[in-house]
Amino acid sequence: MSAPSSVLVVGASAAGLSVAEHLRHRGFEGDLTVLGAEPTAPYDRPPLSKQVLAGAWEAERARLRDEVRLSELDASFVLGDPAVGLDAAGREVWTASGRRFGADAVVVATGVRHRALPGQDELAGAHVLRTLGDSLALRADLLGASRSVVVGEGVLGAEVAATARAMGVDVTMVGPQPAPMAAQVGPLVSARLAELHASRGVSLRLGVGVRELVGDAGRVVGVGLDSGEVLDTDAVLVAVGAVPNTGWLAGSGLELADGVVCDSRCRAADGIYAVGDVARWWHDDFGRLMRLENRTNATQQALTVAGNVLGEDHAFTPVPYFWTDQHDVKIQMHGVLAAGAAVSVVDGSLDEDRFVARYERDGRVIGVLGWNMPKQSGLRRKEIVAPLSDPAGPLETRK
Amino acid sequence: MKITVDEEKCCGAGTCVLTAPDVFDQRDEDGVVVLLDESPGADLQASAREAASTCPAQAILLSERA
Repeated sequence: MSAPSSVLVVGASAAGLSVAEHLRHRGFEGDLTVLGAEPTAPYDRPPLSKQVLAGAWEAERARLRDEVRLSELDASFVLGDPAVGLDAAGREVWTASGRRFGADAVVVATGVRHRALPGQDELAGAHVLRTLGDSLALRADLLGASRSVVVGEGVLGAEVAATARAMGVDVTMVGPQPAPMAAQVGPLVSARLAELHASRGVSLRLGVGVRELVGDAGRVVGVGLDSGEVLDTDAVLVAVGAVPNTGWLAGSGLELADGVVCDSRCRAADGIYAVGDVARWWHDDFGRLMRLENRTNATQQALTVAGNVLGEDHAFTPVPYFWTDQHDVKIQMHGVLAAGAAVSVVDGSLDEDRFVARYERDGRVIGVLGWNMPKQSGLRRKEIVAPLSDPAGPLETRK
Repeated sequence: MKITVDEEKCCGAGTCVLTAPDVFDQRDEDGVVVLLDESPGADLQASAREAASTCPAQAILLSERA
C-alpha cells in the first residue's frame, strides 16, 4: 500500500507512543491520532514494580515524555476513552464514549491485562499490577501491612517480592514452579534466584498451586494453597500472567489467537498493524508465531511497524530480550530458553556472584543470561544472532 | 545535537551500544551507560536518535537545539 495520509494508533503506552514518534522521525506529516484507555499521559511500566512501588520515584518520573515532547509530536491524544470496536475493512475505530475515528492505517497497541483470581475483585487488599494506579494502591496497602503474599513466581512476582521485602514487609512468594522464574531462566539460575530471595528474607512456598483467596468482611486475610494450608496475610499481589487486550476486536475481521495474529511485517490486515504485548507475529528466523510481553520489544517492534506503515517492507526478527532487577541483582536475558537447554557458565563465576550463562540446544546457542554482568552478556548476544539468521532455515524447524 | 544520559534510570540493556557503538558504551562493572560522544557529528546523529528512542529505560535524552 502507498504511504498513508492519516494514522490511528490505538494504545498510548510504550509501544503506541513509540510508533507515533518513529512515524514523525521518518518524516510522516499526516494526521496522527493516539487513543489511550487510561486518562494519564503515557508512562512507563517497568518502574511500577520497582522504583514507583518502593517510593523511590515519584509517579511523575515514570512518565514516558514530558508535555513539551508530547506536543512536539503534533499528534492528537485522546485519553481516558477506551477503544471498543474496530472495522478492519473500513479501518474505523470507535470508543466507549461513542466517538469514531477513521484512518488510512491503524496500529493496534492495546497491550495486556493481568489475570485475577476468582473473587479477587471483591476483596480489598488483593491486587494486580499493571497500571500506575495499581502500583500506588499496592504501595499504600504494603505500607500498612506486616505480612504479604505474592501469588506468582514469574518475573513480576519476583520483582514485587523483592521490593516489598525492601519496604520492611514480610513476604511469602507462592506458585507452582519449583523456583522463581524457572520457566524463564531454567534450573541453574532459578535455583540461584531462590537462594537470593531466601537470603533477603523472602519466604518461598513454591511447587504448590493456589486454590483461593480467603476474605473476611470484604478484605483479603489469607491465601489458600492446594495443600490445604492457608497463609495469613494483610495484602496480596496476584501475578499469574496476562492476557492480550483483544476483547474489543471481536467481530473486527482480524484473526485473534493469544493476541492479534500478524504476518512477519506485523501486519494483521491491509492497513492494520499490531505492536507490543498484544501482537503475535510471525518471526521468520524462529519459524513460528511469537508474542513477547516485554518492554524492549515494545520499542523495537514499534520501529519496524512505523517503517512498514510508511510503505517499507521489513520483517521483524528480533533476538528476544528482557531484564529484571531483584534485590541488588541485575539479570539480562537475550534469546530464548527452550526446555532441556544445556546451560554453562562462560564468564565470571557463581562464586563471584557475577556470571554469564550460555544456553545451548543441539549444539546451537539459543540464549545468554547475565547475572550482574549486563555488558558482558550483551557482548555475547551475537552468539545467538548467527544461528538465528542461518540460511539453513527457521530455527524451530531445523534439524 | 546534545546528548545527556540518566545513569540512575539506565537498566543496562545495552540497546544503545548495539545501535550507536560510537556514541555509547557500558561500564564493565554494572553495565550502566557511558556517553562516549555528547555532541555527535552529522554521520552519527541518526543512530543516536534511534538509540534514544529505543532505550527501554528512557535513560537517554536528546536536545536537537544545542
